[in-house]
Amino acid sequence: MESTNFIWDLMGKNLWSVVAVISLPLIFVLIYALVAILAELKVSAWIQERLGPMRTGPWGILQPIAEVIKLLQKEDITPTAASKILFNLAPYVIFTGAYAAFAVIPFSEAYAPANINVGLFYIFAVGSFSAIGIVMGGWASNNKYSLMGAMRSVSQVISYEIPAAVAVLAVVVLTSSMNMMEISRMQEGGFWNWYIFGGPGGWTKIFMIPFTLTLAIIYFIASLAETNRLPFDIPEGESELVAGFHTEYSGMKFAMFFFAEYANMFVVAAVVTTIFLGGWTSPFGSFLAGAGWGAFWFILKSMFVVFLQIWIRWTLPRFRVDQLMYIGWKVLLPISLVCFIAISFFSLLNLG
Amino acid sequence: MTEIKRYDLEYSQLDSDRMRINVGPQHPSTHGVLRLEVEVDGEIVTEVVPHLGYLHRSFEKHCEKMTFPQIIPYIDRMDYISAMNNEWPYVMALEKMLDVKVPEKVEFIRVIVAELNRLANHQIAVATFGMDAGAFTPFLYYFRDRESIIWILERLSGARLLYNYFRVGGMAADIYPGFKEDCLEVVKKVRKTNEEIMDLLIHNNIFIKRTANVGVLTPEVAINFACSGPVLRGSGVKFDLRKDEPYSVYDRFDFDVPVGVGEVGVVGDCWNRNMVRMKEMEQSCRIIEQALEMMPEEGDVTGGVPRRIKPPKGEMYIRTENPKGELGFYLVTNGTDKPERLKARGPSFVNLSVIPEISKGYMFADLILILGSIDIVLGEVDR
Repeated sequence: MESTNFIWDLMGKNLWSVVAVISLPLIFVLIYALVAILAELKVSAWIQERLGPMRTGPWGILQPIAEVIKLLQKEDITPTAASKILFNLAPYVIFTGAYAAFAVIPFSEAYAPANINVGLFYIFAVGSFSAIGIVMGGWASNNKYSLMGAMRSVSQVISYEIPAAVAVLAVVVLTSSMNMMEISRMQEGGFWNWYIFGGPGGWTKIFMIPFTLTLAIIYFIASLAETNRLPFDIPEGESELVAGFHTEYSGMKFAMFFFAEYANMFVVAAVVTTIFLGGWTSPFGSFLAGAGWGAFWFILKSMFVVFLQIWIRWTLPRFRVDQLMYIGWKVLLPISLVCFIAISFFSLLNLG
Repeated sequence: MTEIKRYDLEYSQLDSDRMRINVGPQHPSTHGVLRLEVEVDGEIVTEVVPHLGYLHRSFEKHCEKMTFPQIIPYIDRMDYISAMNNEWPYVMALEKMLDVKVPEKVEFIRVIVAELNRLANHQIAVATFGMDAGAFTPFLYYFRDRESIIWILERLSGARLLYNYFRVGGMAADIYPGFKEDCLEVVKKVRKTNEEIMDLLIHNNIFIKRTANVGVLTPEVAINFACSGPVLRGSGVKFDLRKDEPYSVYDRFDFDVPVGVGEVGVVGDCWNRNMVRMKEMEQSCRIIEQALEMMPEEGDVTGGVPRRIKPPKGEMYIRTENPKGELGFYLVTNGTDKPERLKARGPSFVNLSVIPEISKGYMFADLILILGSIDIVLGEVDR
C-alpha cells in the first residue's frame, strides 16, 4: 500500500516525525483561521458595500492579527458564581473536538495526518465534542442566557447530526468505504466523477444525480447547523440571547470559541469537499493532478465552501428554535432517507 | 395559513419551574435602555413586565422653566430618530395660540422635511427589525441611503440628528439652492433600495416564517390600548391624522393610507406592521414629489417669526402624525413667556404598553421580534 503521509516517507517513524505530523495541521489551522477571519470581514464588507478594515496593513490584511493581539490583552474574567473547572475547560474541549477532526482529513494524495479506515465515522464522533463543550460552557457560566443557548445547541445538534449522517451514509453505500482517502481516490478523473454528480460510472449514473445533488445540499445545510452559523445560529443568536453560550467568556477563552468555530467551518467544508466534490482530485482529469496540486485543489474547494457559508451568513435571517427542529426532523430527514433508499437501490442494480 | 401558533400556557401538568429573565437594559435588541422582565416556561413567554425610566430626563418639568423657543431643541431629544416630526405639533400649538399666519412656502418646507424624516425613521425601523430577525445586511443598505436624507437635513438645519429647524411662524433658515434636485435623488434612491429589500428581506421565506402570525394584535385590542401609527394600521384600522384630520397642507396631496391586509399571515402580525412601514415609505415619496412641484418659489421663510413669544392664557392640544403614531402636545399657558404645563403624548410610550398583551404565549425569540415591530424609541418612552 502506498504511503498516504509524506512525512513518514521523508523522516521515517520516530518521535520528531510524530511531532511534525501532529503540528502540521495545527499550523494550517492557525493560518487558515487568520485567513478566514479576514475573509469574513472582507466578504461581509463586499456584500454590504463597505470597505471593511483598511487601516491595519495594506487593505487591512493584518486585521485578524490585531484582533488576536487585542483578545490576548483582555482581562480573563471568571464569574464568581461560575463552576470554575468546567468554565475554564469548556473552550478547550470545543477546540479539541474541532482540531481532532483534522486528523483524518485527506489534504492531498500524499498527506492525510492519519489514514484510518473509519474516517467519516471518526469525524462524526469528534464532531459531537463541540456540543459537549457548549453545554459545559453554557451551564458553568451560571447565566440564564448561556444556559438557554446551551440547551438550544444540544437540540440543534441532535436534530442535524441525523440528516447529515444519512447523507454521508449514502456516499458510503456507493463507495463501500469510510476511508476518506479511498473516497477521494475513487472520484479521480475529472469533475464528472465527483459524487455530487453521482460518482464514477457509466451513463446510467445520471439517474442518481438528482439524489446525490440533493444529499450534498442536505449535508451542507446540516453542516451550517452544526457549526452554529446563520441561519442556524440560534445557540448564540445575538438579538435574543446576547451571545448565547459564550456570553460570560472574555479574552483568550472567548478567542478559543471563536477559533473553534472557524476550525469547525473548515472541517465541515473539508467533509463536503471530500465526499461530494472529489477531495484533492483535479476537476480536469489528469491535468494539474499530483500531490502538490492535490493540496491546492483541496484547499481551493474547501475555501469555496467556507465562502458559501460566509455568503449565506450575511444574507439570510435566523430561524426560530422550533422551526429549526421542524426542518431537521420533518423536512431534511425524510428527504435524505428517500435519497438514501434510492441510492441503495441503484447501487444494488449496479447503475453507478 | 391563518393558523396562529400561540402555545397553550396550561399545556403541561409536569412540575416544572418557570424562569425569570431580565432582558435589558443592556441587551443588544431592546432598542435602547428598555428593561423587560420576562417569565419563560422553557422557550415560551408566560409573562412580560416592561420597566421604564432608565432614560428619564424630566422633560415635562424641565419645559416649565424654559421660554417657548428654548423648548424646541428639547423636543428634538424625545424621538431623536424623527426630530423634525416632533417639533411640528409643538410649533403648531403655539401658532394657533398666537394666531400667527404661516406662509405658504413654510408649510411646504415643513411637509417635505417631515416626510424626509419619516422616510429616515421607517428605514431605521425596518432595518433594525431585520437585524432582530438576524439579517444584518439590509440594515447597512438602509443606513447607506439614510445618509443622503440626513445630508439634506444637515444642509437645511446644520445638524444631522437634532435639527432645531422649526420656528413659530416660520423656519430657522430657507432652503438651499439645489434642494429640489437632492430630494428627487433621495426619492429615487429610497425606491430602488426598497425594491431590493423587498426581495432580500420582506419576501424572504425565513423572514416570513419568523414574522407572519407572530404577535397578532387584533383591531379591538389595538384601539383599546390607544395604539396609533403603523402599529394600528398594521391591524387593519385605517386611521392616519394626515388624512382624517388634515393639518397644514396635507389635504392638497394625493396619497393613500396603507393598512395591513395579511398577504402572508393574519392581519395585525409583525409582518404586516413592518409591511405598512414599507408601503408608507412609498407614500412619503409621493408626497415629497407632489410637494416639490407645488411649493411656491418665492416666499419669506424666516421673516414671520415673532420676536417675543408670549401666548395668552389658555390651553391647547395639537396632534400630528409622527412616523411612530399620534404625537400630541397639551400646552397650558399662563400669560408669561414660559408654559404652565407641557404634556406630551408620545406614540412610542402608548404603543409599548401593548407588549405584555400580545407577546404572551409566543416563544422568547418572537418577543424580540414583537418588540422590534412596535418600533419604539426610548428617548420618547421615558422622556
